[in-house]
Amino acid sequence: MAILTYREAVARGIAQEMERDDSVVLIGEDVAGAGGVFKTSAGLLERFGPERVIDTPIAEQAILGAAMGAAMTGLRPIAEIMFSDFFAVCWDLVVNEMAKTRYMTNGQVTIPLVVKSGNGGSLRFGAQHSQSIENWAMAVPGIKVVAPSTPEDVVGLMAAAVRSDDPVLFFEHKGLYSSKGEVPDGPIVDELGTARVRRPGKDATVVALGLMVSRALAAAEQLAERGIDCEVIDLRSLVPLDAATVLESLGRTGRLFTVEENPRMLGWGSELVAIAGDDGFWDLDGPIVRITTPHIPLASADSLEDLMIPSVDRIRDEIEQALKP
Amino acid sequence: MNLPLSNHAYGEHALVLPPDDPTSHDDADISMETRLRMYRMLQEMRQFEKRAYDLFMQQLVKGTTHLSLGMEAVAAGFGAAMDTDDYTFATYRGHAHTLARGVPMEGVLAELLGRANGLLGGKGGSMHLTSVEHKVMGSYAIIGAHLTIANGAAWSAQYRRSGQVAVCFFGDGTTNIGAFHEALNYAAVFKLPVVFVCENNQYMEYTAIGDITAVRRPAADRAPAYGLEPIVVDGNDADAVHLVAAEALAHARSGKGPVMVEALTYRHGGHSRADPGKYKPPGELEAWLAYDPIKVYRGRLERLGVAAADIDAINAEVAAAVDEATEAAKNGPLPDPRAAFTDVWADGGHQWRS
Ligand SMILES: Cc1ncc(C[n+]2csc(CCOP(=O)(O)OP(=O)(O)O)c2C)c(N)n1
Ligand SMILES: [Mg+2]
Repeated sequence: MAILTYREAVARGIAQEMERDDSVVLIGEDVAGAGGVFKTSAGLLERFGPERVIDTPIAEQAILGAAMGAAMTGLRPIAEIMFSDFFAVCWDLVVNEMAKTRYMTNGQVTIPLVVKSGNGGSLRFGAQHSQSIENWAMAVPGIKVVAPSTPEDVVGLMAAAVRSDDPVLFFEHKGLYSSKGEVPDGPIVDELGTARVRRPGKDATVVALGLMVSRALAAAEQLAERGIDCEVIDLRSLVPLDAATVLESLGRTGRLFTVEENPRMLGWGSELVAIAGDDGFWDLDGPIVRITTPHIPLASADSLEDLMIPSVDRIRDEIEQALKP
Repeated sequence: MNLPLSNHAYGEHALVLPPDDPTSHDDADISMETRLRMYRMLQEMRQFEKRAYDLFMQQLVKGTTHLSLGMEAVAAGFGAAMDTDDYTFATYRGHAHTLARGVPMEGVLAELLGRANGLLGGKGGSMHLTSVEHKVMGSYAIIGAHLTIANGAAWSAQYRRSGQVAVCFFGDGTTNIGAFHEALNYAAVFKLPVVFVCENNQYMEYTAIGDITAVRRPAADRAPAYGLEPIVVDGNDADAVHLVAAEALAHARSGKGPVMVEALTYRHGGHSRADPGKYKPPGELEAWLAYDPIKVYRGRLERLGVAAADIDAINAEVAAAVDEATEAAKNGPLPDPRAAFTDVWADGGHQWRS
């Protein structure tokens, strides 16, 4: 057992897979010599050499195209898009090329690749470096979407993403990079499409993702002191979506809350609400509540950013309010 | 005030006309076997495309289709020069490049007709022809993207030390999109074994390339910015293309990095579907029809002593093959409705939730 930061866990997960499989390679801006702008690939160049850990030009389309072409022809590339906001300049490669090529070719082409990216806010970077874009990604048929919240999950889900034969967008939360957690020794391989119950509870099901998981857990602790017992589910993966775990929990608690960092309109929680409407309606004992960032770009001032992204206090208060008899 | 765009003269660039000497490559060092092979390919592409057009006009080919009529020599010249393991990356105008790698006509035509016996089971259509078995790694319909993907295949070949080269075909219009420039720099920096082939047919969709491009030769004049030689080849002479292709492939294969080839050619028809091409200035089409790649090549074969009857026999064989493929395509069943739900994911299915 070791205590690792989230950023160290990213490098550990990649290293674990590179060690195991020569076809795993890493490309991106500043990922090699500098070890990544977020230091998520520190030490990998030294360990695996310049043929497998490669600094690229600032050319996001070229990066994702290279990853895709290599994945189609025998490699298992990991490509880094530094800030997830930058997906906007290479979204074609994700949406039109990676996502559709297997389908359009009737299964002839397989695209086993991972695109890792720093996602989300709370670091005062302003509107162009703080977005949570997981909800764009999950809207695209053919792309898997993962967003781990703990160092252990980072390692295991990175391994699962690399071993997946489908393209996976791997969203690292920038606000979690320096967070720490225990990580077991030895290889860890997790499973995509599985949520985790982080805190069992009987009064309400609270579903969260990424940075929102720890905030939801903290809110749940405070609510427990007030006699409200929340079950907190870390979704971990949006595609595939572990709806069964959420619906099973809802069946026991009768109330559903989502805690989302993405802008409100068509955030991932709205799909969960729709699923609850389809398959969990008769389990509901009250309205479903989505606790989200408003539908706005994020401001950079800490006072403003903190007002927008769901905080522990806001999560606690909205849940408490909704559960008032 | 004199606004700059009020002086922008669309259609007033100088006409680009074909060379006028079809004999220029009569003496090229190319075996008769290869030449006959290329002639057969030219015929296959020509007759296939004409049939595709007819079927489109009969509304059997739905949606859209982009023909290579008039541009066949580029596909044949490269097709005959590539190793069986080399990768092809094509565009939506990709029928000829697909046939050039030996993909049977039936599957291609059936795909155009949306049938289950289509190359992609009816799920891709005319613009996305792919046959991994023949190393045709796809036909891509978003301008520019596939240059970056071809880089990836070339990178993988380099990493695996397989000796393969990726050949990526695209149009003149594609030289103005960002992905083109990203791809060129990337390929040059990493010395990737990739050959970029610009089929300069002088038009994007309906706008002449000269009217909206800062340089005269859209690909060749950009190549030096990425440390590459500016190479222009007569894209209507299969021998000229073949020689340049062989050299480019050898260069890329030897580890010296990418090559950019601009093949000057012309599309006889419109951009797609039934586009009548009214934007073409008078005399231009006629001049290029007179320098038709098939006419040029047939003339050469005859000058080199191939009997007209032997050439006609090739034409007839190809015609029979196209007829046969047409019948097989027309008789193909419609896709099983369940096929719409397969192969979103590598497990073969489409499930996204539990
Ligand atoms: C990104 C993008 N923009 C626009 C289009 C629409 N479009 C399809 S073909 C085409 C013209 C391309 O011209 P060129 O590269 O010269 O190829 P050609 O069709 O002449 O072979 C355009 C603009 C597209 N498919 N993708
Ligand atoms: Mg063109």
